[in-house]
Amino acid sequence: MTTSLQSDYLQYLLSSWDIKPTESLSWLDRLRAEAIDQAGTQQLPTKKDEEWRFTDISPLARLPFQAATPKFDLQAKDIEHLKLKEADNRLVFVDGHFAPHLSIISGSLSHIVGNLPALTSRDTLLQSHLGKHVSIDHNVFAALNTAFLRDAAVIVFPKEFVLEQPVHLLFIATQSEVTSYPRSLIIGEPGSQATVIEDYVSLQPSAAYITNSVTEISLAEHARIQHVRVQRESNQAFHLANCAASLGHASHFQSTTVTLGAQISRYNMHIHIANEAAECDISGLSMISGRQLADTHTCIDHAKPHGISQQQHKCIVDDAAHAVFNGKIIVRPHAQRTNSSQSSRNLLLSKSAQVDTKPQLEIFADDVKCAHGATVGQLDAEEIFYLQSRGLSETEARNLLTFAFGAEIINRIPVPSLKQQLEQAVLKQTQSH
Amino acid sequence: MIKKDSSNILTIQDLHASINGTEILKGIDFTVRSGEIHAIMGLNGSGKSTLAKVLAGHSAYEVTQGSVLFDDIDLLALPPEERARAGLFLAFQYPIEIPGVANTQFLRLAYNTVQTRRGKEELDPLEFDDFVREKMKMLDMKPDFLDRSVNEGFSGGEKKRNEVLQMALLEPKLSILDETDSGLDIDALKIVAQGVNQIANQNNAMIVVTHYQRLLDYIVPDYVHVMQSGRIVMTGGKELALELETHGYDWISANKQSLAGVSA
Ligand SMILES: Nc1ncnc2c1ncn2[C@@H]1O[C@H](COP(=O)(O)OP(=O)(O)O)[C@@H](O)[C@H]1O
Ligand SMILES: [Mg+2]
Repeated sequence: MTTSLQSDYLQYLLSSWDIKPTESLSWLDRLRAEAIDQAGTQQLPTKKDEEWRFTDISPLARLPFQAATPKFDLQAKDIEHLKLKEADNRLVFVDGHFAPHLSIISGSLSHIVGNLPALTSRDTLLQSHLGKHVSIDHNVFAALNTAFLRDAAVIVFPKEFVLEQPVHLLFIATQSEVTSYPRSLIIGEPGSQATVIEDYVSLQPSAAYITNSVTEISLAEHARIQHVRVQRESNQAFHLANCAASLGHASHFQSTTVTLGAQISRYNMHIHIANEAAECDISGLSMISGRQLADTHTCIDHAKPHGISQQQHKCIVDDAAHAVFNGKIIVRPHAQRTNSSQSSRNLLLSKSAQVDTKPQLEIFADDVKCAHGATVGQLDAEEIFYLQSRGLSETEARNLLTFAFGAEIINRIPVPSLKQQLEQAVLKQTQSH
Repeated sequence: MIKKDSSNILTIQDLHASINGTEILKGIDFTVRSGEIHAIMGLNGSGKSTLAKVLAGHSAYEVTQGSVLFDDIDLLALPPEERARAGLFLAFQYPIEIPGVANTQFLRLAYNTVQTRRGKEELDPLEFDDFVREKMKMLDMKPDFLDRSVNEGFSGGEKKRNEVLQMALLEPKLSILDETDSGLDIDALKIVAQGVNQIANQNNAMIVVTHYQRLLDYIVPDYVHVMQSGRIVMTGGKELALELETHGYDWISANKQSLAGVSA
């Protein structure tokens, strides 16, 4: 792939965008304008970039999918199966565009949950967070997302506010050969507690399209946010996602990511322990088959002392699929008394399945505890025999063990109906043999 | 209990088995009739667990010679699950941990698989729950056992009880208990033995592999076999266990000649 083709590609994407502002927020226009400039100076990453060593996204350059135009043919009944009964509040975005007729926001929350243009009353707060957590330097996809930023899911949990029910952010792909730019901003003000589900789905199982999403999450002191991210795009889709969370003093962030879909997916998660005694508990499961590629890059940046980070990532890889996990942990010089653990466990179900897993520790403080470990293996023959000795066939035993491997992550999701949906999805995949 | 007219449950003839080309079992002959309890004793490494796993069908072992009949079916021709469904049960010396699979889910799956094969009704989760709790009481097991992952984080004793619980649920025709007593304190040992004794009846049989005579105070065997280097070198009644306790295994080597060839 030549450089000129790459920049042509980016030029082409950017030229498609109607830059005329639709809202009167001038800071937003500036944010977009900067992002357009940034994107214009960048190139599509290649495998020569250290950060993209295992993931060849050159096919993308041949697919100059334009930004999706709004199409709201979907009816409530079409998304019935995607609804989560626990979620009283749901924001639905169709091909990246807010779909008010599919969304529900309880009246009492309408000033804190909604589409970006509807929350202009929180202008100052939004301005101080939007685009402030995910960096667009050296990140062409985040820059493009910001360049195309118009609709966005915005949630502001006010001080000491506790929301028992989860908020469901549902991003539905309906069109082929388009790019959508989902955007989310979640702000937990001091002492707030809530659960947010980001859910990327397709209604056409083999449509080719691109999702380029950015999520920014900010936790003020003592905030507790449970974040669930599900990627179940079409098996021909490209999914490129950036998520960044900033953790305030003694805040607690739990995030569970389940990756099932897309031909090629890349998820960058950046967690900034920005203040003392913050804690994060991060888990991920990628379950892929066929010729899928799922790349997860995480970075937990301990910038302040007494932080705790726990991370476990699992991949179940079948057929000729390829999973990548790169887990970087930075402990800055002042971040004494950091306690960090990371585990990467990978299950290969076929001879041609591949996994690249790499812990990357950059520790500059001396009084820290950091444990990490990675395993790559097949199903354990002794476990299979144990189950067979209790009457299960070899296939049943393998399916149960594969399911169990994934269920350990899925069980962490605090929303029973979603947990059940994902268990079914995993079960379906394990039983396809 | 020995009865002359009982039918053979297990008939092993001249069984040889290897692992990775190394012969471990070097000619085992051994018959178990219904109603009987057999003890197999022997030093570490004598091949007791190998025999148990070969009977259960572990694929790492290659049977190079000999035959095994279970009732009158060729046991060695069956995959492990068919052996289990036919009524063979192995309580593992080292029960396997299976993270992510809830014990209750595992127990019900095993139970229903075997029940279906016997032409009986499956139990739904609620019915099974009542049934399993009843059995757990017998083994003095805490109810939270059911919600935990199979054997994960269980103490040695808890794992062994879980094995006996599975045995109680599956009601096997032939149970092989491989050192179910090791790692148990005396109270736990009594409970496990009580469980075993409740299961034992005229229509089934047990093979109890143990290191120690103390288990045999609670589970009284009809026969005691001593294994050494992949062979049964001595067979006797329950008093043989006491002799071993007093004289140690060296005594066997000295007396082997005169007793060789004796079999149940
Ligand atoms: N994978 C193996 N390869 C070679 N030898 C083995 C293997 N597994 C077990 N053995 C050997 O088989 C013998 C019998 O082991 P085992 O049946 O476990 O004895 P026991 O249960 O009586 O203590 C031992 O000498 C042991 O070293
Ligand atoms: Mg043994």
